[in-house]
Amino acid sequence: MSRTVLVTGVARKFASRAARYLADLAETGPASGRGAITRVIGVDTVVPDADLGGVKFVRADIRTPVIGKVIAVEDVDTVVHLDVNPPMRGRLGGSSNKELNVIGTMQLLAACQRASTVTKLVLGSSTAVYGTSPRDPAMFTESMAARGGVRTGFPKDMVEVEAYTRGFARRRPDIIITTLRAAQALDVDLEMPLSMYLRAPVLPVVAGFDPRLQFVHVSDLLAVLGLAVTRDRPGTFNVAGDGVLMLSQAARRLGRPVIPLPSLGYATALTRIARAGGAELPPDLHRLLKYGRVVDTTALREVFGYEPTRTTEEIFEEFRAQVRGGVLSGIGER
Amino acid sequence: MTLDERKQIGSGGPAGRGNRKVSPSSAARSLAGATPAKKAAPKQSASNKAAPAKKAGPAKKAAPAKKKAAPAQDPVSTTEPIKLSPAKKTAPAEASAASDEPTTPRPHLRAVTDDDAAAAAAAAAEEAQRRTKSAGAPIPAGIPLEDIVAALLDAFQRVLGSGWEARVAAFLHTIRKRLSGEYDVDEFGLDPEVVAVLQHAVEPIAEKWFRLEVRGIENIPTDGGALLVANHSGTIPIDGLMTGYAVHKYTDRHLRPLGADLVFALPFVGQIARKIGATLACTQDAERLLTKGELAAVWPEGFKGIGKPFTERYKLQRFGRGGFVSSAMRAQVPIVPVSIVGAEEIYPLIGNVPSLARLLGLPYLPITPFFPLLGPLGMIPLPSKWIIEFGEPIRTDAYEPEAADDPMLLFNVTDQVRETIQQTLYRLLVDRGNAFF
Repeated sequence: MSRTVLVTGVARKFASRAARYLADLAETGPASGRGAITRVIGVDTVVPDADLGGVKFVRADIRTPVIGKVIAVEDVDTVVHLDVNPPMRGRLGGSSNKELNVIGTMQLLAACQRASTVTKLVLGSSTAVYGTSPRDPAMFTESMAARGGVRTGFPKDMVEVEAYTRGFARRRPDIIITTLRAAQALDVDLEMPLSMYLRAPVLPVVAGFDPRLQFVHVSDLLAVLGLAVTRDRPGTFNVAGDGVLMLSQAARRLGRPVIPLPSLGYATALTRIARAGGAELPPDLHRLLKYGRVVDTTALREVFGYEPTRTTEEIFEEFRAQVRGGVLSGIGER
Repeated sequence: MTLDERKQIGSGGPAGRGNRKVSPSSAARSLAGATPAKKAAPKQSASNKAAPAKKAGPAKKAAPAKKKAAPAQDPVSTTEPIKLSPAKKTAPAEASAASDEPTTPRPHLRAVTDDDAAAAAAAAAEEAQRRTKSAGAPIPAGIPLEDIVAALLDAFQRVLGSGWEARVAAFLHTIRKRLSGEYDVDEFGLDPEVVAVLQHAVEPIAEKWFRLEVRGIENIPTDGGALLVANHSGTIPIDGLMTGYAVHKYTDRHLRPLGADLVFALPFVGQIARKIGATLACTQDAERLLTKGELAAVWPEGFKGIGKPFTERYKLQRFGRGGFVSSAMRAQVPIVPVSIVGAEEIYPLIGNVPSLARLLGLPYLPITPFFPLLGPLGMIPLPSKWIIEFGEPIRTDAYEPEAADDPMLLFNVTDQVRETIQQTLYRLLVDRGNAFF
């Protein structure tokens, strides 16, 4: 049985890269057989800027029942849902972003439930579902929930999306569902919140807090996604590089000066300073920059069967080589 | 000072009365006061303009006052700034001579001591005279640069030992490494270099201020995991810091304290706690640390123990819900009971402001005999005497890991640990005696 893969949200940079990666797998991989991909279809509401390669683009809004028709017409059997994103300027902001994330997922899942051809769903989730608070354990495993709770914004959207996906799994137990909770990807090409933050000339930090950060490399993410599509790996898995980096350490390595700010009013100051520097940060990033978050990837290694190729430190060094050094990078020049 | 001079004081006649001609006090006075003053005076007046002012000094004023007077006088003698130092040095000598005066008229047979004092005063006066002489030689104003450099190098050599260049290089290297972020932390955030610095910072407090005595260090396994369970006291968790210090000092292993979430919510405190390897006291973290083969430490009494009033000192509170025992059983590591004596007295908690504490989100707001009263000074811990005893390990590998789900067994083991610590505390209290001396 060969596969026709539907990727949602391909106008976004990561989703378009993922779609292209899957299309490349279709070309280089086996033409037939169990894991083979025959076609990759990308959907989004806007036409993507990036070259999609061998991906067939269909302009469709996943918030409408049109998506059901796309699935039926294209005979899709694997759905890769990557259209759950933090709000960004220039696209949709605030409540409409929430609508895209949550209502879009509900419509997509409803369409999948009707479609008899769909046999697999891969959800691109985020470690944001664990929240971040001082009451959290040092490392999250997949079975833990956010202790401090997630109240607003993208983390709450993500938790709701996962909840709908679990409901869907109950109603269609024959479908293989893989949820991949990815840590922050650090890549100059991707507009990930943390990488945009780290590219600012000065880094506003919370005085008295030094969060532990963890990154994931895009190539690892793509490889895991490819494995989830071509093989059957039901379950929820954290995807992150090994080890941690403290924020202070990251700032020193980048040679960027930090501005310690009191934790009261930090969120506002962070957005203002980032906007002055030309970056747009999601409003929930300030909590991550206060307490940090680290996940455990034992399940990814032992159950999923994938060994991350790069550690957090290596990912960071790669990132550092690509970005311009800060004003303090003369100190400790190697 | 000749032999017959000495005989005059008391050795010839009846005890304590001199030798008919001279009373002991007058003899001593002539020896101690008069001679050096005579010797020093002419030279000083000849060489130093500042001298007259100071000569007036010894009769009336004490040494510190004179020291103040001397610099004030100096601008007058601007022609020879180099004389400043010898002039100052004569001051203590004269002061010692002056302070001898009141002691001499004691009518006891203190011949030898008075004599010694007089001799010392004479020697000091001689020294002062020598210095005044040398100061008279023409020396160019200011200190030559090469002398400063030589002195600095000498100071480096003295402070850092013979291999000081290598040490300074290593120090600068460390600074550079810190500034460029080229160091490793583990996934919990433990930063070994921060631990090393803190270890040095805590050492004088532990050894000199608290006079920490550590017993039973052999009960800590040299490798593999173990769970240290200790009593908690002292208003501020300094006992955790001291236990970590003791373990690191004697076994060279990092202690991983398990702390309350309040610790990690507080700015700066939480940051440091993570860097010294602390993590949240929850089953997941405890088991992760113990299965990794780390030394974890818990204070199961928590806020009930640390915030108890001074009247209830050394009375163990309820040991949580026994979660630490189940963690140790699941990880199959021994439990080491730790008894800490001394922490109760550092901040005797005599009062609490529950309403204000609730407002600030704290478990209690301590009032100690000194704390709000003396302000920041009240935050200095009292210098109580500390004993930390690591007790015999309680093995959990005899039980199956599944035994962790048997509540009755958990309660029994919890009680056993609690009783062990309580009995050890009583024994240590007897051994220690007074809390402060």
